[in-house]
Amino acid sequence: MEKNEIRSKLVVIGGSAGSLPFLFEVLPRIYSPIQFSILIVLHRMAGTDSNLEALLRSKCSIPIIEVEDKLPLQDGYIYLAPADYHLLIEEGRSFALDDDEKIHFSRPCIDVTFQSVAQAYGSRATGILLSGANEDGTLGMASIRKYGGLAIVQNPASAQMPVMPQSAIDLGHYDRILGIEQIVSFLNEQV
Amino acid sequence: MISDQELNILLEDIYRHYGYDFIGYSKASLIRRVKRICNMDKFGNLTELRHRLFEDDSYVKRFIEELTVNVTEMFRDPSFYRALRQEVIPALATKPFIRIWHAGCSTGEEIFSMAILLEEANILDKALIYGTDLNATVLENVKRGMVPLDQMKKYSENYIASGGQQDFSSYYTAHYGQAKLLSRLTDKVIISTHNLVSDSSFNEFDLIICRNVLIYFNKDLQERVLQLFESSISTLGFLALGSKETIRFSAIDGNFRKLNQEKIWRKTK
Repeated sequence: MEKNEIRSKLVVIGGSAGSLPFLFEVLPRIYSPIQFSILIVLHRMAGTDSNLEALLRSKCSIPIIEVEDKLPLQDGYIYLAPADYHLLIEEGRSFALDDDEKIHFSRPCIDVTFQSVAQAYGSRATGILLSGANEDGTLGMASIRKYGGLAIVQNPASAQMPVMPQSAIDLGHYDRILGIEQIVSFLNEQV
Repeated sequence: MISDQELNILLEDIYRHYGYDFIGYSKASLIRRVKRICNMDKFGNLTELRHRLFEDDSYVKRFIEELTVNVTEMFRDPSFYRALRQEVIPALATKPFIRIWHAGCSTGEEIFSMAILLEEANILDKALIYGTDLNATVLENVKRGMVPLDQMKKYSENYIASGGQQDFSSYYTAHYGQAKLLSRLTDKVIISTHNLVSDSSFNEFDLIICRNVLIYFNKDLQERVLQLFESSISTLGFLALGSKETIRFSAIDGNFRKLNQEKIWRKTK
């Protein structure tokens, strides 16, 4: 058990305005089952898109779970951060929710989750920052790199709203800039 | 950066020094907030924070206030209040006397929402609402019945989405940037400090509401608190938790029946 935990990898994907089309395009093309887990943190309006989980589930063969308090992380799943809570990784690799003030006008805040993932997963964390209209995620990407993980930004040219990936690029907090096809390939090469 | 181990030592020292027990809290959230306190109060590192905390007894009050989350809303998750209105209030209305406990009520917004539901069902007069929090400062606001005025538009929308049909603005008056709830909505409220970690049951209730408090506790502490709630709820009484919290993994689950899609359970044994 302990050994498995240490070997587990997590890909955390953060996005805001304009990132849903990316997810609908990319997630169905990831080969199932996956040997790692994926965590998706989106700026969502509380109550307005509660069927996002069902919508993603209808298009993906990988099981999708919306996170509840203290849910343990397991390989093979796509986890979706719930609306209206910040999402953190607790010791022993379970999820912890937090309803503290919004950051960047957002709850969940991408920076908060990326920083927590960075600390919990170190070099086994990959962050992918997608389309969005504000600068949330940039500090999180810096954290992922600081702890030895890999920071990928969606090519701003392919993003509906380039502000979010461009912000990480402008401050140098990234390792790779990838287009949609390259991100699909990257995810399918993870073992 | 603060490790789990450094945090544990800090929490144990706070407990020994001041009696506040945060040892069973979720570490991820606490680490985030300790870092924020270091930023706000300009401590360069954990050693400087420790020095202030243990050399200056007046600082601990501020530290505890900043360590705990005091974010709350009126009619948060309107579908939850709709369920209360439709399925819980009618059951409470049949009782001669109603006791409700808001555990971890913070500045009182959920209490004010409950009082409005009771008022609209014409049962506020026979109800007592107990509001408790570990933090005495936030409780002062509950009796005053004050809510930031700039939030009222959102709360009014929540109220309508929850099935409210009255003019929401008739429940408060505006005072210098604050909305003051009508005093009849807070008259039946009793406040007290109560620490879910260390204090025990103090009454029997028909409804206990504790939303988005358990998320800050680890599983062992959650279990302790859920058992405290179970022993404080009358038979056929109700327990309501936050929208991402559950009793499913608790020993008390067998004595409760989930009412609907919302996080509301009814005690059956």
